[in-house]
Amino acid sequence: MNILECKALTKRYGGKSALEGVDLAIEPGRIVGLLGPNGSGKTTLIKLANGLLTPTSGEILIDGKAPSPETKSIVSYLPDRNALPDWMTAAQTVDYYADFYADFRRDAAQEMIQRLGLDVSARVKTLSKGTREKLQLILVMSRAAKLYLLDEPIGGVDPATRDYILRTIIGNYNEDASVVLSTHLIADVEQVLDEVIFLQNGRVERHASVDAIRGETGKSVDELFREVFKC
Amino acid sequence: MEWQFRNDSPIYTQLTQRLTQAIVAGEFRPGERLPSVRELAVEAGVNPNTVQRALADLERDGLVFSQRTAGRFVTEDVSMLENAKLRLADQCVESFLSEMAKLGCGRDEVIALLQGRKEEGQ
Repeated sequence: MNILECKALTKRYGGKSALEGVDLAIEPGRIVGLLGPNGSGKTTLIKLANGLLTPTSGEILIDGKAPSPETKSIVSYLPDRNALPDWMTAAQTVDYYADFYADFRRDAAQEMIQRLGLDVSARVKTLSKGTREKLQLILVMSRAAKLYLLDEPIGGVDPATRDYILRTIIGNYNEDASVVLSTHLIADVEQVLDEVIFLQNGRVERHASVDAIRGETGKSVDELFREVFKC
Repeated sequence: MEWQFRNDSPIYTQLTQRLTQAIVAGEFRPGERLPSVRELAVEAGVNPNTVQRALADLERDGLVFSQRTAGRFVTEDVSMLENAKLRLADQCVESFLSEMAKLGCGRDEVIALLQGRKEEGQ
């Protein structure tokens, strides 16, 4: 069974189309890059999968079901901005996740926070942007979910933090789970991906495995992307 | 261990090559247990499925073997390791010779140059 499936999925905001007739299937156990320029529909697709938006037409299925409280219990979502209440301390954010999600691995979260050297009594609002993003990612990856939806997990952080984030993803996702991460920084994520989906103007331009792209074109996904999306 | 990947070929083939090098050079000893797929993936910063695929290649080549629950181990067959080393060395020689050919150096010239290096070293 596909963990994520879209059938003729269309989303329009007023008259403006954000996704148009998207057909996709993602199998369990894959790390998938959702790639595309700004405004190509990446965040819209992730929000639809989360049930934060509803399709204009077509359907999106999580583990065979339409987004609902039930599917949310198996989806771990990292939004593209800070979503942690900023008055909470780091320790409180851990409690908060443990209260909300039955699949939350408190031990894993605490261990990662400790390794990061983060003061658990520090309030979210006092943390630097990079540390806040690391904390949020730790919480999201500490869930034993079936599908991780990460919207721009490496946007606007320094290279060392980027490295930390990617290794945290690789080291923590459940083997039977899939990870979908959106980004436009392809060169940085390419080697952690199984497959890539290129979105352009709300349509799927290409969906292929990274090895297939490199093997067939002799180019990195990043180089191919620059050709496909040449301005 | 150093992990650097080029853009022009699939990552798993580069990973297979890198791990083969590590094994023939004795970074992993004969009979030694290899790190788990997940550990290698985190260390190299690559996808676990890619590591899995590279290890399957090594297993097919007979350089590593797996024991159902204990993990993967480097072969203890030293002649196998020696052969793998010769194969890699041969590839290096091949690419070296083709680079030299681009400079217009024939085999005799190449050998003379190497001979010069050898005497220098003595």
